[in-house]
Amino acid sequence: MNQPNIPLSDHVQTDKWTKGLSDAEVPLEVHDLTVAYHHKPVLYGVDLRIPPGKLIGIIGPNGAGKSTLIKAIMGLIPTDSGWVRLFGESNKKNLRRVGYVPQRESVDWDFPVNVMDVVLMGRYGKLGLFKRPKKQDRDIACACLEKVKMMPYADRQIANLSGGQQQRVFLARALAQESDLYLMDEPFAGVDAATESSIISLLHELRKQGKTILVVHHDLPTARNYFDMLVLLNMRLVDFGPTEEVFTYDKLQKTYGGRLTILSEVADAVRQTKS
Amino acid sequence: MNELIPAWDWQTVVVAPWTTDLPIYGWIVLMGFFVCAACGLAGNYLILRRMALVGDAISHSVLPGLAIGFLVANAWSIGGGADDASASSHGFSYGLAVFIGSLVAGIVTTMLIEIIHKRTRIKQDAAIGITFSTLFALGVVLISVYADKVDLDADCVLHGEIAFVSIQPFTSLAGHEIAPDPVVRMGMVALLTLGLVLLFYKELLVSSFDPGLASSMGINATCVHYALMCWLSVIVISAFEAVGAILVIAMLILPGATASLLTTRFPKVMMLSILHAALSTVVGVHLAIWLNSSTAGCMVVAGSGLFGLAWAFSPSQGLLKQWWRRRRTPLPDAQVIAPDHSDVEVP
Repeated sequence: MNQPNIPLSDHVQTDKWTKGLSDAEVPLEVHDLTVAYHHKPVLYGVDLRIPPGKLIGIIGPNGAGKSTLIKAIMGLIPTDSGWVRLFGESNKKNLRRVGYVPQRESVDWDFPVNVMDVVLMGRYGKLGLFKRPKKQDRDIACACLEKVKMMPYADRQIANLSGGQQQRVFLARALAQESDLYLMDEPFAGVDAATESSIISLLHELRKQGKTILVVHHDLPTARNYFDMLVLLNMRLVDFGPTEEVFTYDKLQKTYGGRLTILSEVADAVRQTKS
Repeated sequence: MNELIPAWDWQTVVVAPWTTDLPIYGWIVLMGFFVCAACGLAGNYLILRRMALVGDAISHSVLPGLAIGFLVANAWSIGGGADDASASSHGFSYGLAVFIGSLVAGIVTTMLIEIIHKRTRIKQDAAIGITFSTLFALGVVLISVYADKVDLDADCVLHGEIAFVSIQPFTSLAGHEIAPDPVVRMGMVALLTLGLVLLFYKELLVSSFDPGLASSMGINATCVHYALMCWLSVIVISAFEAVGAILVIAMLILPGATASLLTTRFPKVMMLSILHAALSTVVGVHLAIWLNSSTAGCMVVAGSGLFGLAWAFSPSQGLLKQWWRRRRTPLPDAQVIAPDHSDVEVP
């Protein structure tokens, strides 16, 4: 039998970083979360308590369940056990306070809408049933487009955008949601260096406003510089803590266990950190 | 040659339907328009959600629902000892049973497709194929076994008979005869479709584009999916009588597909699909008179013709435009088409 290779983790102290905070102040709490596809576990007993106002990266090898974790937090997939709380309430109740940036490939870019329409969709949650976006919503959408430098493209059909531009439209839409917690699934995938750095400075600005941002990231060398804290994930939670404490050879080896090519990458990354 | 193409008589083909024969053709055109418009509006969402074949599946699997509805209604009226005196309530209970039967069939189809697709390795297109062929076959078996109890004509099931709408009993309101029953019914369905599309515009749009975002806004994408499928079943049942199972599929897909060749904004796609519905009905009816053939069939042929025209002459992506562009402009320099990042500041 091919038993999935689940690295055993030491018990990670989950409430270490949120001591002294009331439940409503903790943007995200995950308890004993297990998710399986076709009886194969993808996430196994994950415990997390995320402190507010931090830019946090989720890293781990392919198939570690990074996107699954985001989707489970959003309630998009059924979970086998455990629960998720957002700001002290069940995730169903408080999802409106979460801005979600899905993977770029998850939507159909031939959809008959333009850039402005997509950003306005970010406002739909704030509008009630049967209500149309008002001038105020359009103003907010414009401001968000301005922030990602996409205002000149407002009238453009979304199919006629480059990958980086599409990612920036998604980001503008998330900004328009005016959320307190942002979940982003690989916002840097297929994006060129210029767009990547503009996205990162935008994330720093959000953090300055006290927002909490969780980013699924797959590039180790940059992870060190981008994030305040890191979630190391490989089906189980390997570790969670400030980047300087967690980004060590031992812990990364435990996360990426046995994958030689990646291990040498890890070694390089750690060496870069040391120098 | 004269035997291949029927004689073109301006008077009978073009003028008469709008003058002397208006009492007949007026209702046919109206019925056709209601069918095409309702199907086109709902079909737009099927196209956007890449579920065009689900519409196909529902239009087929409504058949066993119809048959079971007939059987249940029969059992009721026999059990209840209905006699000829209660013919009108009898007709109503038939209508209701058939309606509920088809609605249930539509929901069962949607659920079966989901279950087969999610619980096994079978992909969605195969799951659709399995589901609708099974249910359609079940319908055929039921109809032939209970042929004496189920008043369904196989011909009618396949391509309907819209030409008979004007001789159906009229709905009367306050003593005035308004319109034939099927036209009133279909008109109500079309109007309701338009109303629902306008009321739930945001919810339908966002759950079609990005279900993840939709559920983060408290819009249950699964709920929207099933609601859409239910409403689709209602449209398909109402259209069934007029255009049959096969042609409904064309009515669902053609307007939206044509409109999406012509514009890239969703509200315009909706308006153009209604225009397509109107044009294909009118052209189809004239075509049917000229060729003396099935009206519904001609409507679909006309609709496909319009799709062809849109494909050839679309201002943005038409064949003609593409040819013209290739002929006129040489490929631009690489520098011109390279992505411009001068607007992005690098910190």
